[in-house]
Amino acid sequence: MVPITTTHYLVVAAALFVLGVIGVLTRRNVVIVLMSIELILNAVNLNLVAFSRMWGLHGQVFAIFVVVDAAAEAAVGLGILIAFFRNKETINMDEIDLLKW
Amino acid sequence: MLQYIKSYLGSNLTPGSAGNVFWAFVYIVAIFAGLSVAVIAMNWLERKILAHMQVRLGPMRVGPHGLLQPVADALKLLLKEDIMPAEADKLVFWLAPLIVVLAAFAVFTVVPFGPTHAVTDMNIGILFMLGVSSLGVLGVVMAGWASNSHYPLIGALRSSAQMVSYEVAMGLAVVSAVLMTSMNAQGTGTLSMIGIVQAQQQQAVWFIFKFFPLGFMAMGIFAIAMVAETNRAPFDLPEAESELTAGFHTEYSGFRWSLFFLAEYSAMIAVSSIAVTLWLGGWLRPFPNLLGGPRWDLVFSLVPGLSFLALGAMAAFNTFRMPRHSFFRVQTVGLALFGVLLAMIGVLMLVPGVRERVQDIFWFCFKVALFMYLYIWYRGTFPRYRFDQLMRVGWKVLLPAGLGVLILTAIVGVLV
Amino acid sequence: MNPVATPFFFYLLSTMAIVGGVMVIVRRNAVHSAIALIVTLLSVAGLYLMLYAPFVAGVQIIVYAGGIMVLFLFVIMLVNIDRSMKERTFNKQWWVAIVAAVALGALFVSVFVKSKGLFPERGLPLAEESNTQQIGLYLYGNYMFAFEIASLLLLVAIIGAVVMAKKRI
Repeated sequence: MVPITTTHYLVVAAALFVLGVIGVLTRRNVVIVLMSIELILNAVNLNLVAFSRMWGLHGQVFAIFVVVDAAAEAAVGLGILIAFFRNKETINMDEIDLLKW
Repeated sequence: MLQYIKSYLGSNLTPGSAGNVFWAFVYIVAIFAGLSVAVIAMNWLERKILAHMQVRLGPMRVGPHGLLQPVADALKLLLKEDIMPAEADKLVFWLAPLIVVLAAFAVFTVVPFGPTHAVTDMNIGILFMLGVSSLGVLGVVMAGWASNSHYPLIGALRSSAQMVSYEVAMGLAVVSAVLMTSMNAQGTGTLSMIGIVQAQQQQAVWFIFKFFPLGFMAMGIFAIAMVAETNRAPFDLPEAESELTAGFHTEYSGFRWSLFFLAEYSAMIAVSSIAVTLWLGGWLRPFPNLLGGPRWDLVFSLVPGLSFLALGAMAAFNTFRMPRHSFFRVQTVGLALFGVLLAMIGVLMLVPGVRERVQDIFWFCFKVALFMYLYIWYRGTFPRYRFDQLMRVGWKVLLPAGLGVLILTAIVGVLV
Repeated sequence: MNPVATPFFFYLLSTMAIVGGVMVIVRRNAVHSAIALIVTLLSVAGLYLMLYAPFVAGVQIIVYAGGIMVLFLFVIMLVNIDRSMKERTFNKQWWVAIVAAVALGALFVSVFVKSKGLFPERGLPLAEESNTQQIGLYLYGNYMFAFEIASLLLLVAIIGAVVMAKKRI
């Protein structure tokens, strides 16, 4: 077996990123769109940590900041989702098309 | 092969750190067996102690003083029909108890029963314990949702809200204890479970007594939060029987239900062992400063064996108090045999080679047992909280208190 | 002590991560997607451990799997998913999305092929034992300002989430 190099990790991260992008662009359910964003953030984190193996710990520190950001994003996103669901009784992306009602 | 097995015995590392797969496996099996026995014993003790608190007798029929009752219960549960609701989400319903049990057992890989008696010593030990035990809530939520029924769903919602809220206060209390580990000459703290206990040994103080009210308050916050984390009385709203039948596991029966039961008790043991490790000096014997010296060391190393002998004597005493009737003959003989077994364990623990190795494990388990007794005591004493009161205590009392203790610990640590 | 970074574990964990990711975007039921995402997150945490980043792995488990995913499951239970179960899973522009994603993937592949020499084969031997201490020193030293900004961001997010979820907007 070939030894595992940084490129291997980058390929996994790229695959997760592409999956996340597909999820964001195609799904109609807002919850799953938010989950796909988490996938994208995880792909980025994997890249950062893989590079931190070569360049020192800066990548890991930044990965922690990304996790903080993900937590904030999830909390606000889901809060908006609940507020929206109360008003329109739906969680479909396609129907979130009004600026005001 | 034999060389490989023997090579570990001389080392003073945990099997995981020494990279010895065989001994790691032995430890895993031993911890698993010990936990199962502890859960069974806990089941019996809880029923008996609660009964005596309420001036009842509790289970008396199966075995002497109901000693075989948990075995009978386990048999009943295993033989029961395994019901899955027709409208349930099959996959998730099947997966939920598995996740709960895995999360509850996986944390024991880093629990230090002694300086070398742990499966492995991770350098993120306490973080690992908190993280993996917080995975249990996922199983609870999944169980509630998959049952496709109202009571379980409400129970799961309550439980997820409760566990996430109290995790915050718990984490703050833990951080203040981790902060205390860094107050040595080198100024470096540790997250490793073994390292935390060794820090208490080095600083010659258990963290509950360090900076007096602060360590005590941190442990108090943790002790409250851990009751809420494990969904026990008085915070047992997710399974409040008067409101929600049985909460998130209403639809579970038989073997799957027993998995939830097992997970609940082993999670209780897990959080108790976190508290013991962080604040009560883990495997260290009590009174190391007050009653120090080799003579007292010898006395304390005799305590494990003597306490088992005392338990055996108690069994013997109760054997003589058994009613003299032919109906009770089997039970009397059983109790006598149980007493002999306990006494033999006690004698074994008094043997010089064994007692030095066993005393760490004994003291750790003894402290954990005190916490388990507290759990039962709470259940017998406190009335159940209302949900808004529970949230208020979590967010408005424990969280600010935890933050305050953390900041004060940091300030005092800098000043001293 | 043997190195943990064996190819077998790498392939196992990355396969689990990618299969989980695929399940996230193809399952109709949001709860199944969430469970698949948990599998992905835990496998990524395993990959972090293989990269000698135990602290990030711990944070990943405690924040993502124990915190954020519980939040997701909580919200999925609050909002009624029965209706979205009956509707179409994907939107009408799904083929545009696929084309865009394939283009992105092609871009990644070309980057990896072109820059083969740029990524060193073996990394620095990072000290696993002092990983947490080192990260702490960085967080409260070099990245002090970023840390404070991050805490402010969290505060804003808390207030925002409470306002959104509590008031009737």
